[in-house]
Amino acid sequence: MIDSTQLWIVILGLGAGSFALRFSFLGIIGKRPLPEWVLRHLRYTAVAVLPGLIAPLVLWPAATGGELDPARLTAAAVTLIVGITTRDVLAAIFGGAIALYGMLYLLS
Amino acid sequence: MASASSKSAFWKGFKDGAPFLLVVGPFGVLFGVVATEAGLNITETMAFSIMVIAGAAQFTAIQLMQDEAPTLIVLATALAVNLRMAMYSAALTPHLGAAPLWQRACIAYFTVDQSYAVSAAQFEKTPDWTLSQKIAYFFGAVTPVCPMWYVVTWIGAYAGTAIPPEFALDFAIPITFLAIIAPLLRTLPHVLACATSVILALSFAWVPYNLGLLIAAVGAMMVGAQAELMLSQRVKT
Repeated sequence: MIDSTQLWIVILGLGAGSFALRFSFLGIIGKRPLPEWVLRHLRYTAVAVLPGLIAPLVLWPAATGGELDPARLTAAAVTLIVGITTRDVLAAIFGGAIALYGMLYLLS
Repeated sequence: MASASSKSAFWKGFKDGAPFLLVVGPFGVLFGVVATEAGLNITETMAFSIMVIAGAAQFTAIQLMQDEAPTLIVLATALAVNLRMAMYSAALTPHLGAAPLWQRACIAYFTVDQSYAVSAAQFEKTPDWTLSQKIAYFFGAVTPVCPMWYVVTWIGAYAGTAIPPEFALDFAIPITFLAIIAPLLRTLPHVLACATSVILALSFAWVPYNLGLLIAAVGAMMVGAQAELMLSQRVKT
């Protein structure tokens, strides 16, 4: 259960922080260009944070008490493959969901 | 004349932004569902989507709070996911930086993946546009996308309470994130950064306070940037 005080601190803090990031250059720094090395690192934020966040969830899902789960592993693989081949986020989500429910049904 | 052309720029933006409804719609519903499953009420769920309007960061924060990570770690990691917004801000500044402060504040609030993507592409194509045309285009692109984000979050939050645990919604976040990551793996540096992130996150999973993820993120960004640098130098020589 998420603590309500923590939740509101996160909502307000993340809201303010996200606005600060969005406002940073537009509002304050103005027309000065970012150094190239900063931009180069920023390009990789999404692929640097998100895979690390979900890797443990895929390999050690809480729903199975941390045991490797064939249904969830298959769903993850299908999502990744559909996403790479179609470059379509929605197609990948649907592919993964179908794989997950299909496997859960077959294995039950 | 100026107002007429601003009007057409607005509708051009609207048309270019509209297809993203197909992405934003299901994604927002999913956030509403996941947040409700995590125990958030409607007010809390809506506050999240209105204050933050950044799906990936919102999912990240919910996941980490469920993992009982400390507040500072939740904020640092979710903000790391949103670092790309600073890049968008930098990219829009040459085009929109001359607008009045209150307009720049509104633009900043509505700077999301979709409004940035179409605006950056459009401003490259039509550099002779006036400031008011560019602003009109930006808000045109925002209009179909951002209000819908609030509406679909609300729908998801209502639907979420009715979904039983057999539906394995614990796996909604991993599937959504994998679906976001996969199309991004278009260059070798992106693939290397992704692999680094996974390996470091798993190896540092023992580090307390979920700090392992931040270590992995910083390491992966450095690997991606370094790989890009080395590849570009090899092309030059």
